[in-house]
Amino acid sequence: MELNNSKIKIKAKNLNVFYGKKQALFDINLDINQKEVTALIGPSGCGKSTFIRCINRMNDVIDICKVEGSVEIDGAEINEKNVDVVTLREKVGMVFQKPNPFPKSIYDNIAYGPIIHGAAENKDQMDNIVETSLKKAALWDEVKDRLNEPGTSLSGGQQQRLCIARALSVNPEVILMDEPCSALDPIATAKIEELIDDLKKSYTIVIVTHSMAQAVRVSQKTGFFHLGKIIEVDSTEKIFKNPANKMTQDYITGRFG
Amino acid sequence: MNSLIAGVILILCLSSYFFGRSEARKLVTQNIKLKALPAYYGYYLSLWCGLPALIIFGCWSLFEPTIIKVLILNNFPQIESKDLFYEQTLSFFNGNFSGEITNEIKAASIKYSSINVIAQNSKIVIIAAALISSLTFAYRKIQNNNKARDDVEIILKVLLFTSSLVAILTTVGIIVSLLFESLKFFSTINIFEFIFGTSWSPQRAFVRDASAITPEELLELQDAFGSVPLFAGTAFIALIAMCVAVPIGLFSGIYLAEYASTKVRKYSKPIIEILAGIPTVVYGFFAALTVGPFFRTLGESLGLTVSSESALAAGLIMGVMIIPYISSLSDDVINSVPQSLREGSYAIGATKSETIKKVVIPAALPGIIGSILLAVSRAIGETMIVVMAAGLAANLTINPLESTTTITTQIVMILVGDQEFDSPKTQAAFALGLTLFIATLILNYIALRVVKKYREKYD
Repeated sequence: MELNNSKIKIKAKNLNVFYGKKQALFDINLDINQKEVTALIGPSGCGKSTFIRCINRMNDVIDICKVEGSVEIDGAEINEKNVDVVTLREKVGMVFQKPNPFPKSIYDNIAYGPIIHGAAENKDQMDNIVETSLKKAALWDEVKDRLNEPGTSLSGGQQQRLCIARALSVNPEVILMDEPCSALDPIATAKIEELIDDLKKSYTIVIVTHSMAQAVRVSQKTGFFHLGKIIEVDSTEKIFKNPANKMTQDYITGRFG
Repeated sequence: MNSLIAGVILILCLSSYFFGRSEARKLVTQNIKLKALPAYYGYYLSLWCGLPALIIFGCWSLFEPTIIKVLILNNFPQIESKDLFYEQTLSFFNGNFSGEITNEIKAASIKYSSINVIAQNSKIVIIAAALISSLTFAYRKIQNNNKARDDVEIILKVLLFTSSLVAILTTVGIIVSLLFESLKFFSTINIFEFIFGTSWSPQRAFVRDASAITPEELLELQDAFGSVPLFAGTAFIALIAMCVAVPIGLFSGIYLAEYASTKVRKYSKPIIEILAGIPTVVYGFFAALTVGPFFRTLGESLGLTVSSESALAAGLIMGVMIIPYISSLSDDVINSVPQSLREGSYAIGATKSETIKKVVIPAALPGIIGSILLAVSRAIGETMIVVMAAGLAANLTINPLESTTTITTQIVMILVGDQEFDSPKTQAAFALGLTLFIATLILNYIALRVVKKYREKYD
């Protein structure tokens, strides 16, 4: 066990989220540890995705969405008006449910973030960033000879790894994954899970998943959401072997949800 | 009389639907298993009742006047101007003839009235016969529990096929007539002179009959039909229009799709689209009476010579007219770019305008190009504004302050008023129409190719 393993990276305090008049999250309090995988499970519509979208303020994009309460990353509040979402999102990357490569070449997909943030001074540096990002996402060997082909020409699993590489290209500290494997077949899923396992050495990862097996396989900590509330948060082992809450027990054994 | 017949047919159609349906239901009560829902038997009977009768009725109405005319004129072989005579007979028959009444006209109109009665009666008899026989045929079929559903499908398929055939045949007919008239034109005027000639003065070609042109006249005429100034004028005005419409249209499309709140979008989009609904003639007199003189005064105060019918005024107004085509279409296209792409871009830290510039617009590009090209062909084909505001003089110029002219304007000018159809001047209109058609065809082809190329690359 490394020392920083227990250090809290993200801290949500009394977080409430509203879509118009409908409240989606109720008083969420959740700590996410550094360089660890935290899995969020729960039935559809329980607010898992809404919660992780609070961490990089993606809910700002939705007009009717209102966020109250506090989210701290490294002790700094991110829900303040004067927080620059551009820097925040540079620090907190995100991978979506459906692979969403841009309609650009594989190279340009990765180079997109670094260009926006001015991370590369010349072509060599950019080539370097693209190569390292793709290597980190375990995609380099498969695409190194066809970097100029459109990203959309890749298979579903490759596209999702491309999206992970895209998120890694700006050197984030946190990676949010919103059901990253739900559109993929088992083999592609296994590859992504392997990758997540590898990435947690350097990144803090929050993953939303519908697959209990996946939560068990990849995460160290699991939070169970139900109807916009956190029911239980604990180490993954504890949650799946000996949950404290009856509802959690019912959900993981497949009795509802 | 005709509307009465049509009404009777339609009423019969309607009632035969209910009759067929109830007959089918009767079959059900006799413990016969129907091969389709009762309503299909209604449709079947109704279609069989209406279609043959309506087709006969239509054909009859189409050919009746010609046949009667031939029948009557055959009785008067000595008359010289037959068409005129027949027209006179008709108006005499209708009681509004004011010329000199000859015996022939009287005789012909008596003949006309008797033939007319025969025609009316036989029409009614034939249609009634058709109605009865087709109804009986269909009724027998129903009694035998035919596959009414399949049969209705077939009838509908034939109906739909005929409709598309009519559209296709009309297109082919128009192209063929353009082609033949143009060929006649090119048999007198050298095609290269037409395409590459730089002087357009068709008024020199006041020769009534193309076959009567003497070699000297032909030589004189050869360089009167140079269409380059027209094409240049058309392209020039379209260019000015696009300079106005593309930026404004595209930017307002982007604003509507990306920035405007739902409420703003709900009201502003229809308002912009109203621009497309204003009749072009209104734009035309706006350009000719307001904008043109405005530029003229403005130019004079700056010491410039501005023609009151300038390419600038026409192009500007045409651009305004085209804005909604581009804004509305690009708004739709931008809206259909998946939200997931925008989120992917935001998630990596891109701002809204970066996302639009680097992700949304490239993804929407095929559609945007499509909308622009659609607007271009609209601009090229636009007639009323240029007729009113751009002028008639075929100047080969790139000065937007001078008057210029377009292909469409010249076609209008050539064909307005009484024209002999075999003079090269009139045929020139067809040649112009053909070239315009080919030009837009090529434009559309290029547009499709461009769009397809991007599609292959990005989707």
